[in-house]
Amino acid sequence: MERSALDLWVGMFVVAGIGALVVLAFKVGNLGTYNVTESYQLQAYFSNIGGLKPKASIKSAGVLVGRVTEINLDTERYEARVVMSIDKRYQFPKDTFANILTSGLLGEQYIGLSPGGDSEFLKPGEVIKKTQSAVVLEDLIGKFLYSKAESPSK
Amino acid sequence: MAIASSLRGIGTHVVNGVWRIGYATRFFLMTLFYSGASFRRFHLTVKEMFSSGVMSLIIILVAGMFVGMVLGLQGYETLKRYGSESALGTLVALSLVRELGPVLAALLFASRAGSAMTAEIGLMKATEQISAMEMMAVNPIARVIAPRFWGGVISLPLLTAMFSSMGVFGGYMVGVVLIGVDEGSFWSQMQAAVDFQHDVLNGVIKSFVFGVAVTVIALFEGYDAPPTAEGVSGATTRTVVQSSLAILILDFILTAFMFRGD
Repeated sequence: MERSALDLWVGMFVVAGIGALVVLAFKVGNLGTYNVTESYQLQAYFSNIGGLKPKASIKSAGVLVGRVTEINLDTERYEARVVMSIDKRYQFPKDTFANILTSGLLGEQYIGLSPGGDSEFLKPGEVIKKTQSAVVLEDLIGKFLYSKAESPSK
Repeated sequence: MAIASSLRGIGTHVVNGVWRIGYATRFFLMTLFYSGASFRRFHLTVKEMFSSGVMSLIIILVAGMFVGMVLGLQGYETLKRYGSESALGTLVALSLVRELGPVLAALLFASRAGSAMTAEIGLMKATEQISAMEMMAVNPIARVIAPRFWGGVISLPLLTAMFSSMGVFGGYMVGVVLIGVDEGSFWSQMQAAVDFQHDVLNGVIKSFVFGVAVTVIALFEGYDAPPTAEGVSGATTRTVVQSSLAILILDFILTAFMFRGD
């Protein structure tokens, strides 16, 4: 085959391959919904995070406002420290409440932010003071059995 | 005596196997070392990309399309029982991007392009073209092997990306167009579940590793083939068998490292 025709075919092949990769990145993957630059960090301490994982979503009023970036154990207070990156467009008051919630009955766990009434906003890097831990099913059953045992049959 | 001779047989096999692995490793390092010419005279590599990449396009695209369609159909049947048909997009995209795309594209590539490479180089050796090059002080590894190696290694990730996107399109055709799964939830659940770095890039890394494995096996088998008609046909068979096994074993190892613990 002639050299120029060969180059043309290979060029089309490479462009199609890279095009397929771009489709995988933007149409199939989440690169189209990524805002890496415009976010700020907040922290929160939980006494139990249940099944929360990095990259779990953070929602406020059901709207996705950020992602969990890091989870580790703070050995000074023996609580889980959760670092969240929040979209810069959304500001939250200082007395915002962070809950670990579950989507659906057996779904993924996420953090729900319920804003309070404070006039000052949380600054980047600040800690959300009011948190509520994940509901662990075993604890719930344990409490239920305990209360049943406490109050004998009526 | 019978025991001694059977032990000797095992010993010969092991020594030969180790020797071949060593020889293949040296061959691979030599290929990398003499790769300069395949980039300085890039048209050599372009020519090999045509014969291994462009010529494999049709089988890759058609196979990807049908694999995606089958995934859509089977996935729908199973997910329907749990009332979660909307997760069909996630199922199709994740299984294609993570596993089926890289593995099936590499298997097809090994049997379509790898066997051709082995046969070509084995025949070049049998007809003493490679010796002729050495006589003319042309390094056959730099002139013949390295361009084919890079042509294959560049082509396979591109073919894999096309395979996966074709597969997602096939799943879309069956799931949304034919069966009638909601289009919005098909795409949005897929995008929520497929992470670019964790899923798409790891798939590309996988296909790159498979590309290296398949082309090295194919080229080595061709270069090492006995210069007879029988030798070349045996080498071609070994290429397909060994590279298929290598792909599946490497896939397990890579998956264990990439997708463990999440």
